[in-house]
Amino acid sequence: MGELLKNYDVWGAIWTTIQLAVLSAIGATVIGTIVAIMRVSPVAVLRGLGTSYVNIFRNTPLTVLLVMSVLGLAFILGLSFSDDFARNAYWWAVAMLSLYHAAFICEALRSGINTVPAGQAEAARSIGLTFSQSLSQVLLPQAFRGAVAPLVSTYIALIKNTTVAAVIGVTDIAGLLQEITENEGAQLGIFFMVAMVFVVLTLPLGVFGTSLSRRLAVKR
Amino acid sequence: MSASVLFDAPGPKARTRHLILTVIGALLALAGLWVVIGKMRQAGQLEPALWEPFVTDKSVWVDYLLVGLWNTIKAALLSVVFAGLFGLLLGMGRLSENKWIRWPAGAVVEFFRAVPVLIMMIFLFFGYFAKAETLPADWRPLFAVVIALTLYNGSVIAELVRSGVHSLPKGQGEAGLSIGLTPQQTLRAIQLPQALTAMLPALIGQFVVVLKDTALGVQITYPELLTWAKTLGSSYGNTVPAYLVAALLFILLNYAMTKLATWVERRLKRRGTTAGKVTNAMPTIVQGGAEPGGPAAAGTRAVVAGAEETIESAIESAKERRNDPGW
Repeated sequence: MGELLKNYDVWGAIWTTIQLAVLSAIGATVIGTIVAIMRVSPVAVLRGLGTSYVNIFRNTPLTVLLVMSVLGLAFILGLSFSDDFARNAYWWAVAMLSLYHAAFICEALRSGINTVPAGQAEAARSIGLTFSQSLSQVLLPQAFRGAVAPLVSTYIALIKNTTVAAVIGVTDIAGLLQEITENEGAQLGIFFMVAMVFVVLTLPLGVFGTSLSRRLAVKR
Repeated sequence: MSASVLFDAPGPKARTRHLILTVIGALLALAGLWVVIGKMRQAGQLEPALWEPFVTDKSVWVDYLLVGLWNTIKAALLSVVFAGLFGLLLGMGRLSENKWIRWPAGAVVEFFRAVPVLIMMIFLFFGYFAKAETLPADWRPLFAVVIALTLYNGSVIAELVRSGVHSLPKGQGEAGLSIGLTPQQTLRAIQLPQALTAMLPALIGQFVVVLKDTALGVQITYPELLTWAKTLGSSYGNTVPAYLVAALLFILLNYAMTKLATWVERRLKRRGTTAGKVTNAMPTIVQGGAEPGGPAAAGTRAVVAGAEETIESAIESAKERRNDPGW
């Protein structure tokens, strides 16, 4: 197995996976927060836009989004990030992973807001806090605490979903596994190595998230 | 509704502000639509010739899209049935008092939950099934798709079973034991039926995840909806419309399933045939084309509760078992 690995750029593939995960996590957080603000806003049009965004992206398979981006948007509509094919696929993968997971980030944040009972807002206002005070001192802190657990699960899912980028030819770790398996036949060792990469990437996040959400949990 | 928690009833100033935001929002939406349509027109993708086949040509549906849709549904149904059985077994294993059953079951669940579905599909197909001479050629990708989806979703369902049984009031299990049933009988006759009923909405939600994940089959030559949309695009020269229609089919199908899950959830809550918490809570460590959070439109608070339950790592669940009196 050691000999075998020398012929392949294993670290490069792992690095690509990490890059995809970090960049899309940032993108998804930014877009997801904006959509979440729209979805909880008191303006019906913005709420409607946010809801349609979530329903469209949550119900479309990520694979369809990725394939459509490269074969449809890039080739036919000419929306390219880069003239280099590999670079273009890479950035489209980041873009689509961000857009897709933004829908889930939005729902995670919204579910955090929904854990705050209406009584909290009423109590805050009745002791004389202004609207912005009650929002910043009472409601949002509780909402963020409630959102920790679903947010962490979304990020874990995002890390694992970066593998789908292999479908459009990004040489991440799933692409590498395919290359090795096609060339060398089934290598259980390689499979377990790839599996371990994901365990290593996601397990600390899960443990951290669980302890964080326990620590921050609002007693009700 | 969240809006009522965060916002006061609007006064005259706020109403003006809302009106302005409404106009801005509507303008932004229209601008976005305008850009998309403009781009598509520029690339000649709005030519009626590209869209007409979807209405006029029966072959588009009969020979391409419906074939793909059926393959997608077939793979999803097979996976969900096997995943249900596998998950039930694993879940019961995780609930067993025998640690020689409980620990391996726990390890299997945690492992398959952590490995992305696509990794399993690629390995199974290119490693084994692509070269399996004994299988008919068109079964090979189907096998890889179904096995990968079964392993992953089975583990997720095992967690659902476990959290479903744990969410039942303690009295249910204690009552079973006190009338002289063995722990196994208590689990099978009293706890599982109630837990499974409570899980039903979440199971339907899982079906949506499976449906979306079958699209990963495109990577291992399984002829599902996306693959057929691709073929349709190249034979009619309408790639973009073909993908859009395929995406629309996926959205409609999944949206309908999500609505069904919500309806079942509401119905179960009203009927009260289970002592368990009926939640639409979706398993959270999700992958492939899958989603975390799931149909959060319903009972978002329940989703949070479920998320906390399923996010637990092996360590956490082991701790929980220690806290459990264990029968």
